[in-house]
Amino acid sequence: MATSAPTATGRPLAALARLREPWTDRRAELVLGAVSCFVLALIVGMVVFVFSKAWPSFSHNGLGWFGDTGNVNQQMDRIQQPGTAEPVYDFGAFDLIWGTVLTTGVAVLFGAAFSTLAAIFMVEFAPESLRRILTPTVSLLAAVPSVIYGLIGILVLAPFVGDLISQDRKESVAGVISLTGENWLLATFILAVMIIPIMTAIIAQALRQVPRGWTEGAAALGVNRWRVMWTISVRTARPAIVAGAVLATGRALGEAIMLAMVSGGTAFAPNPVDGLTFFLEPTRPLAATIVFYREGLANPAMASTLYGIAAVLLVSAMALSIGAYVVKQPMKKYGIRT
Amino acid sequence: MAAAAPKRTGAVESYSTWRWTDRLALALCWACGIALCVAAASILLYMGFRGLQYLRPELLFERPTGAVDQTKSGGILDPILGTLMLTVLGTAIAIPLAVCVAIWLVEYGRPAGLARAVESGVEIVAGTPSIVLAIFGLIIFQQPWLGWLSFTAEGGGVFGRSLINASIMMSFIALPLVVGATREGLNAIPGHVREASYALGKTKAATIRRVLLPAVRPSIATGTALGMGRIAGDTAIVIILLGNTLLIEPQEGMPVLGLLTGTGSTLTSYVYENSPAGEGGAYEKAYAAAFVLLLVVLVLNFAVARVVGGSSTSRSNLWNR
Amino acid sequence: MESLMPPPVRRIAADRQATVAPAPSSNGGEPALDGAPARARGLSRPDRPRVPAIERMRAENLVLAYGGKPAVKGVSLPIRQGEVLALIGPSGCGKTTLLRSLNRLTELTPTATREGRILLDGQDVDQLEVTQLRRRISMVFQQPNPFPMSVFDNVAYALREQGKKRPGKKELAPQVEEALVRAGLFDEVRADLQHPALRLSGGQQQRLCIARALAARPEVLLLDEPCSALDPKSTEVIEELIVRLREEVAIVIVTHNLQQAYRVADNVAFMYLGDLVEYGPTDQIFHAPTQHRTREYVGGAFG
Ligand SMILES: Nc1ncnc2c1ncn2[C@@H]1O[C@H](COP(=O)(O)OP(=O)(O)OP(=O)(O)O)[C@@H](O)[C@H]1O
Ligand SMILES: [Mg+2]
Repeated sequence: MATSAPTATGRPLAALARLREPWTDRRAELVLGAVSCFVLALIVGMVVFVFSKAWPSFSHNGLGWFGDTGNVNQQMDRIQQPGTAEPVYDFGAFDLIWGTVLTTGVAVLFGAAFSTLAAIFMVEFAPESLRRILTPTVSLLAAVPSVIYGLIGILVLAPFVGDLISQDRKESVAGVISLTGENWLLATFILAVMIIPIMTAIIAQALRQVPRGWTEGAAALGVNRWRVMWTISVRTARPAIVAGAVLATGRALGEAIMLAMVSGGTAFAPNPVDGLTFFLEPTRPLAATIVFYREGLANPAMASTLYGIAAVLLVSAMALSIGAYVVKQPMKKYGIRT
Repeated sequence: MAAAAPKRTGAVESYSTWRWTDRLALALCWACGIALCVAAASILLYMGFRGLQYLRPELLFERPTGAVDQTKSGGILDPILGTLMLTVLGTAIAIPLAVCVAIWLVEYGRPAGLARAVESGVEIVAGTPSIVLAIFGLIIFQQPWLGWLSFTAEGGGVFGRSLINASIMMSFIALPLVVGATREGLNAIPGHVREASYALGKTKAATIRRVLLPAVRPSIATGTALGMGRIAGDTAIVIILLGNTLLIEPQEGMPVLGLLTGTGSTLTSYVYENSPAGEGGAYEKAYAAAFVLLLVVLVLNFAVARVVGGSSTSRSNLWNR
Repeated sequence: MESLMPPPVRRIAADRQATVAPAPSSNGGEPALDGAPARARGLSRPDRPRVPAIERMRAENLVLAYGGKPAVKGVSLPIRQGEVLALIGPSGCGKTTLLRSLNRLTELTPTATREGRILLDGQDVDQLEVTQLRRRISMVFQQPNPFPMSVFDNVAYALREQGKKRPGKKELAPQVEEALVRAGLFDEVRADLQHPALRLSGGQQQRLCIARALAARPEVLLLDEPCSALDPKSTEVIEELIVRLREEVAIVIVTHNLQQAYRVADNVAFMYLGDLVEYGPTDQIFHAPTQHRTREYVGGAFG
């Protein structure tokens, strides 16, 4: 304000302002930079901290940490209550990792195919009126909290699936596991329902951004609508499909609560050799395991084990974001933003 | 004029000339699209139906009680307040940090290596599962020197769970969303706007404050609404860091600080605990709370659509008028 | 309300009889050059063999609008195989819109509406299956739009995706090569047929798009400023191609280059603000236009 009235007190103020100018700029840069560094330090601190806490468990078990070194449920019970003065670290997370890979992998693969087709439908084939309500609905579904999906799963779908399982089948495996409606297939299904809206929204966005010149050029050559979509639009949006799949994988890996609610809650590796029973076997992914043993964090050995699980999740998430970054590059070449 | 507008001709399209693979794929495409519509409709309608069935207005104003019997377990006032406080506090912590980071990245970004590191750091947080944030937070806040943020027991053991602790970790969830939205907003401002400001003799700092910040306010709002939705929907941090007590339990002795360092619950943890997975089997209350939660998300989603819809049409020509 | 109805449709329809002469089909080559004004000097119009002209398409009373705003107001034109038709006119007068409507590409623009009939071999195009129609009427766009794939795949695209069966690469290679040779591009890309088409230069991309349209052997070829980014040498190749092709393909070319229109076209249509002002044999349009707006536009070019 003062500088705009230079007549009266203009000179000294202007001089003062000139003095201040470079300093304000410098100060702004320094303050903003400092805040950024602070945030970065927090993040780096978090990563380092998680790894340092996880170290005892990793160093004790070596590569066996990732292997199958016995019944995980019993191992975790012993870690929790060793019965001796010495803490017990013996742990092999294979069952949990397999449960994670199975649920996440199947959900993402199925979800990617489904979302691609659904996005094509949304962008190209749906009637105009349906298209107009579908777009906001999908973005709403993408924001529905996972605990709501978990609630529907555990109260509606699990009893329904449970009733479908025959008594004979339940008795055939009664000594090892109990078959209920809560199993890996249901968990995977709900996981897929959860990530499909996210992926569909991303893919549909990319499909809409395909330059019109390409789709019209293809149409002008007498190629039908499906082939134009498939050979031009989907081809161009391929990086977005992968990016969407990567994002969905991250969500699925990190999903703890919903999976803790519907996956069956016991560390077990569903075995494809079991035939049809395989689909009904319970499991418990990595993230859900942390929720299960959250009360045990006061115990250093249990805490180290859980931080080990957290570290594995963290590394997977980082690998995924590097993957997403690599995949996004070709998009930029065509001038398409994800 | 309108009378002259010609009709649109209908397209004659015949699938008989298509390859059978194309016809099959198109059928699949329709199947997926319709399945998506059915799934969306059934989820939303089912939750709406259950919500209207079990949500009575007095539930919104009654405090919950610990009874196992559904008819006696009270209302959901505390979880609603918990969700509101956590959402507001979490974004309030995240916004200043996120806006600073975004402005620094876009407007300064020197040295380049550091900028890349900050960028990757934000990216890492965006990908970190909230359960990892939760148990990281618990260990940090159980350090003795952070005991004042929660509650320290007789022997010096720090509880580590409190509203403020949960909010701080929640802010990590909102941070990348606000950074992303703000960066996008800043990048959308054409360079000549900045140059015009410099040409008027404004410093870079003044340009940021007087020109850029007002211009990216819609983007910040978008990021904030997205972040609020994520915070309101998160369960893991609540059940681990908020103490997960049914009632809001402020620490005694201090009026506001007591609330911040006290414990509580949110709608998400209330739903979780009242589902068969938690302790209670009060599924009617769970449905009612889930319905309220869905409404919160719906409102936030609507806010995002309004801000984005309003600005994306105007943003492109805002500067070129 | 009737009185408020804007006149263009009916007016043009009324005086179309006067301006749109039932174009001479046998003497399309060189009509009387006698009254040729001085401005024709310096123009070379190569002698070329006459070929028999067959009417392939006809637009009748075509009205096109974007969101109710008319862009083409009642145009009637014949399109003949054997005679190249050039569309000329100032920017924004609806040339592209008219061209796009001929193979029903305007249907891809949600706001676009159309009225009037378009006939292909006497059949209303609205009665034809749209992909079949576009196979017969191919279009090269104003902006080169090569697909984000290799040069080879671009040219082979229509051949691969049109039919019921996907031909193999061996089958395609000679056809791709022929199309590239015809578009005058083969020598330049012979070595890198597998390179991404988007790395070609603008002019090369334009010729690639022409080759892509030619490869599918359409019956009608719509060219929207095919030479806008080309050097004189490549332009000559394309012009020769057009003249050579006119015997087997009906060709419509939009051009801002009046000399080019003069060189390649047998008939010229001059459009102005959506109206078809004048249509006739090339020499009539350039040397003895009947409308003063045509005279102004054409005169400005050669003055
Ligand atoms: N997709 C569209 N939506 C709305 N209006 C359009 C659209 N495309 C073209 N128009 C309008 O229609 C009119 C004719 O456009 P057209 O592209 O046919 O002109 P043109 O003769 O090809 O011009 P040029 O020589 O510059 O290519 C213009 O006024 C233009 O603004
Ligand atoms: Mg044009």
